Amino acid sequence: MKVVILGNYATQFFAKSLKNSFKLYGLSIELYTAEFNTTEYEILDENSQLYKFKPDYIVWHESTLGIRDAFYKTDTLLRSGFADSYLSRTMSLVSEVQKRLPSVKILFPNHSLTFNDNLFGNYFAKVESSWRFQVDKINYLLNVSSMTSNSFYVISSSPVDTLEPVTDYTQVANAELHFTLSYLTWMSEAIVKIVQSFSGKFTKCVVLDLDNTLWGGIIGDDGVEGIQLGSHGVGKSFVRFQKWLKELKNRGIILAVCSKNDDQIARIPFLEHPEMVLKMEDIAVFIANWQSKADNLAQIQKILNIGFDSIVFLDDNPAERDIVRKHIPGIIVPELPEDPSYYLPFLIKENIFETTSFSANDSERTRQYQEESKRMELSSSITNMDDFLNSLEMSATLTSFGRPDYERISQLTQRSNQFNLRTVRYTTSDIANIASDDSFLTLAVELSDKFGKYGLISVVIIKLSGTDAHIDTWIMSCRVLKRTVEHMAMNHVIDILHEKGIQTLYGEYLPTAKNKLVETLLEDLGMTEYENDKFIITTESYKKLKTYIKYAGDN
Amino acid sequence: MQATIDDLIPVFRDVLENDKLVILEATTADDIEEWDSLNHIYLVVAIEKKFGVKFTTQEIQGWKCVGDILIDMSKK
Repeated sequence: MKVVILGNYATQFFAKSLKNSFKLYGLSIELYTAEFNTTEYEILDENSQLYKFKPDYIVWHESTLGIRDAFYKTDTLLRSGFADSYLSRTMSLVSEVQKRLPSVKILFPNHSLTFNDNLFGNYFAKVESSWRFQVDKINYLLNVSSMTSNSFYVISSSPVDTLEPVTDYTQVANAELHFTLSYLTWMSEAIVKIVQSFSGKFTKCVVLDLDNTLWGGIIGDDGVEGIQLGSHGVGKSFVRFQKWLKELKNRGIILAVCSKNDDQIARIPFLEHPEMVLKMEDIAVFIANWQSKADNLAQIQKILNIGFDSIVFLDDNPAERDIVRKHIPGIIVPELPEDPSYYLPFLIKENIFETTSFSANDSERTRQYQEESKRMELSSSITNMDDFLNSLEMSATLTSFGRPDYERISQLTQRSNQFNLRTVRYTTSDIANIASDDSFLTLAVELSDKFGKYGLISVVIIKLSGTDAHIDTWIMSCRVLKRTVEHMAMNHVIDILHEKGIQTLYGEYLPTAKNKLVETLLEDLGMTEYENDKFIITTESYKKLKTYIKYAGDN
Repeated sequence: MQATIDDLIPVFRDVLENDKLVILEATTADDIEEWDSLNHIYLVVAIEKKFGVKFTTQEIQGWKCVGDILIDMSKK
């Protein structure tokens, strides 16, 4: 990972801290730290070190204290317009960067209110030309700019609760160091998590224990009237905690239950308790039995088909947490505080649900996995695979990339680790560029069956050159494994190539720690390995592959 | 608080990442290669944290040698 730090204070300390954090989280980093206060120079000079270095990320940390000094230099009469001119300067620099580094991501901490000057005390909101008024406005305008930009990401400059000071004014005076080392450590860890999320590592599912985690008391002993939920006992805290979990679910995080309980009894609060916020339909997989939690978690992981390192397990019992941690490497098991009233504040502070994308599709996910559970039940009652696939009544559309899907397509390239032939990550703007480039053949596949719609589940990008074609990207959601989607897509690809007069298709498997699943994909698609992990086929010799999916047109 | 050169040695060795480092009260930043302006800040933070003291801007600017640090610590 190549990272550049730009800033208007002594950023060497930040650089050191960022390097440490990357190492701590097992990420490689190559870092270039621009000299103090050279941001404009680095960005405007096309021969600058910034452009020679070609970073993946720019961390552009503008110290609020530095900006405040600039504010005081501004003529009093012009101060009401300070936020506007700050924004137009910042965004024009951003667009310069975009021109020369189209795929770079700029992480820009917003301005911290700890640098309020209290010059107008609490009257600031009545005075447009006050510093506090302008800082609030800058932060608002930064958000608005971030919302519509593909490469500019405004991030939070403030920890959720700040017990430690953000600034040591002795260090400001002596070394132009505007932030304490402990604050810079916090900021570095936040950035590592963002970078991890960009490269596809983020939390996708929360598995919840029930007794004393979702409510107070033990349902098997206390009964539905006896558990603490709502106005009873510490019940208010559990209700608030559940509301937050429900919001997480609405954002697209999958909720599952794993509890040592009798299945029927464990469901009672979900069905009958009036104060219960989470309902059965919010839970994608519900497992309550007396087996070990490690086994049950393995079962949940299998159904959801995601890596353990994207699963968070929440349990009030330290012994259970310990066992799960020992048996399942990679799974995230937060050390929940003893007091249930602090479950939620603790999780908020930990920020374990960092994300770098959001689309309406995300909130559909729970329903899709519930359908998957139903399908699994069906597949266990049908032993003949042909019959099973036929019984699903599948149909699919295959289209070249369309504007409304850019976000979702880019998300698939970011998120998919397993069924991903070459693991090339693309931003939304990259996808837009590919879609409008004639030398690419693109394919977005949407699948539905008798249980419901899957949405966009597979993406193929083929690079064309002369009479040859190369597979650049082949991704499929693991929810539709073994459905012959890839066969249908391959038939389609070869048809199009044939029409275009292209004779040879090349493919390549790039192995990662997670994509062993597609090691034999190209061979399964009828291609021949001519060199290690490199494959070839001519459109003439291709034999159509069997598929159980009805072609529903190009949308 | 009363601190001696022996109390400071482990802090200097730790921050400057040199286990064999020897400092005397008369030692200055010029005497030690690793003691640059960057590490100077880390030294201040480490001493403040370890001994629970806070130096003023003027005190830090007034330091000419290790002994000056000890003198300022003795005032806390």
